Amino acid sequence: MIRQYFISFTVVLASFLTLVIPVAGAAEETQYFPIASSRVGPYSAMGTGYYGAQIDYLNYINMNGGVNGVMLTWQECETEYNAVKTVECYQRLLEKDGQRIVVFDTLGTPGAYAVINRMAEDEVVLAQYGYGRTDAADGRVWPWVFNAASHYWSQIAVKMKFMAEQEGGIENMNGKKIVHLHIDSAYGREPLPAMRKIAQDWGVELVEISIPPPGLEQQSQWLQVRKEQPDWVTFWGAGSGMNSTGMTNAARVGFPRDRLIYVTFGAAEEDMFPAGDAATGTYAMANALPGDQFPLVNAIKEQVYGAGKGNLADESRIGSVYWNRGLGAAVMWIEAIKNAQEMHGKVGKAVTGAEFRDGYEALNMTNERLEEIGIMGMVAPFAISCENHEGAGKFAMMQWDGDKFVQVTDWEAPLEPAFIRQLVEDSAAKFAQENNITSKQCS
Amino acid sequence: MTEILFFIEVVVAGLLAGTMYSLVALGFVLIYKASATFNFAQGAMVFFAVLSFVGFMELGLPFIGAFFVTILLMGLVGFCTERLVLEPLLNESEDTVLMATIGLGFVLEGLAQAAWGVEVRRLDLGIGDFPIQWIIDSTGLFISALDLTAGVVAAGLILGLSLLFRYTKMGLGLRAVADDAGAASSIGIPLNNIMLMVWTAAGVVALVAGMMWGARAGVQFALVDLALKALPVLIIGGFSSIPGAIVAGLIIGASEKVLEVYIGPYFGGGIEGWAPYVLAIFFLLWRPEGLFGEKIIRRV
Repeated sequence: MIRQYFISFTVVLASFLTLVIPVAGAAEETQYFPIASSRVGPYSAMGTGYYGAQIDYLNYINMNGGVNGVMLTWQECETEYNAVKTVECYQRLLEKDGQRIVVFDTLGTPGAYAVINRMAEDEVVLAQYGYGRTDAADGRVWPWVFNAASHYWSQIAVKMKFMAEQEGGIENMNGKKIVHLHIDSAYGREPLPAMRKIAQDWGVELVEISIPPPGLEQQSQWLQVRKEQPDWVTFWGAGSGMNSTGMTNAARVGFPRDRLIYVTFGAAEEDMFPAGDAATGTYAMANALPGDQFPLVNAIKEQVYGAGKGNLADESRIGSVYWNRGLGAAVMWIEAIKNAQEMHGKVGKAVTGAEFRDGYEALNMTNERLEEIGIMGMVAPFAISCENHEGAGKFAMMQWDGDKFVQVTDWEAPLEPAFIRQLVEDSAAKFAQENNITSKQCS
Repeated sequence: MTEILFFIEVVVAGLLAGTMYSLVALGFVLIYKASATFNFAQGAMVFFAVLSFVGFMELGLPFIGAFFVTILLMGLVGFCTERLVLEPLLNESEDTVLMATIGLGFVLEGLAQAAWGVEVRRLDLGIGDFPIQWIIDSTGLFISALDLTAGVVAAGLILGLSLLFRYTKMGLGLRAVADDAGAASSIGIPLNNIMLMVWTAAGVVALVAGMMWGARAGVQFALVDLALKALPVLIIGGFSSIPGAIVAGLIIGASEKVLEVYIGPYFGGGIEGWAPYVLAIFFLLWRPEGLFGEKIIRRV
């Protein structure tokens, strides 16, 4: 009897193993991504576009066979653009089904600062797509943190270069006055070290005026602008409400919009539309240009949205500033995975955080590669290295024509990139010294 | 531009901004008069009302149609609030009702975004937010038509609400309920109806405030934070006084602008976020019930 049971059990077990093991063996390899989105709250316009594009691109990659066969999975967590909730989301998203994230993208400087010190320990790349801690561009001090494509100090330097060109040269900047009107936060003050230095070198008078968040009321600040009578205003706002209010207030005090330059996080259609006519003429910087003429954008529209898998509720936002920026960030993730797979002999397999980091550091987005991907012209070509985690340091200037952004300059680097780089290295070295960090050798 | 002219411009801009704060504060006052509760949901009501208004216009309703449909919607919100939130909490403490309004605020924020989406909308009232040329020519001051309109609207609302509460049956009932809900109920004043009317009126005020703010800053989630601007207004003006909301709004508006422009630079700027609260604390020390609030005398 016992023997009979044993034989039956063996047969059943053998059948089970025959049926199940091949299936398990054929289970597809996956790579897991965190989406720390901000879909509700004052920064929702930014979050829905940016993270929507990332999800759309991950879907697009999956619909086209994954990354060398590795299918992509992801999980979303709502941060409401709040630093505390970003930390909660980071913790929640860190692992899923035994797989750890390899990259984290907070789309905001406060959130980035909140998690930045955990990256090395957790072996997760903090990919700050044009935001966050600027001196993280020194990869020797911040091996796990990147701010490609291009950080705030390069951005402010490109803005000041644009002003100088408009004024007829740097020599004409002597005696000019610039007001830096910014949200009262670390993000608002982030460009100041570079800005103060350049202003001092050029003989420019720099006036710093801060706006308390959420920034719906800016009358007193704009009255100060009116009193100061500056030649230029750099506006460093956050959230569509603050950004659009900036332009309506500029109109109220009669400040010309073609002397007003917005930061990348105020340079979206969602920032301009609510201001109506007051927005016309305003300059804004781009690290990813809007437009749906790019082949990849069209392919996503056709394949992902055509299959009803699109993430945006309003398809007209495909190709908008934030959507294209999110796409640019997601493209870098996938390129980094491809690099990592090849560098570590893991083609067709998921990569670890350390391998992903190597792949990210090896990114070389030439125009040829950007054309192959289908986004040539949308972002500036760039390369990242062990030392330089910023990439190109280039931005394009756009101007709002009342209906859409018009590109008014090509991708421009600061006048003296070496000067900006030196500021980055000095700041990073100071941080390393204060925190007893041994810089990585990059040779 | 002379210093004195600039100072006048700062004060005038502050007074006009203050009327915008008063518009938001009025909604709080209405609820407080009826239930002696600070309605934490008022900021969310502003957002919900104006987002719905713009949403109805996007659906094809004309301006007037969308306005009245939104008023009906706010009436429905008032009805649901009264039936689902306030009635079950009728004999509970004021603190409990206060907590309920916090929850209500989150519900309204979520509902608004779920129903209408999270995109920032433009609201064009046909009133320019540009400086009026003849005022510039005659005084040198930059004052926008939207600011002046906000002032007129606030004045109209205060007049209308004051008349409503002073000379109508509803107003009499409201004052009786505010004084002693139990006693008012025992003499036949329909508590439910009064609450419904008050919440609807607060909804209408929220809509008007949202329209004025939305025309300037766009219709978007940050409008919820307007409640923070109204709080010092209420502390100074008194939680239950309609004229107090207006006068305190003007005080807060003018003082925060003067402080920001003249004192702010010594503190690194951006002080108008907290300066009104400092002012409110001084008023609390001097007159805890606010400038126009009722002095509460309790037997101990």
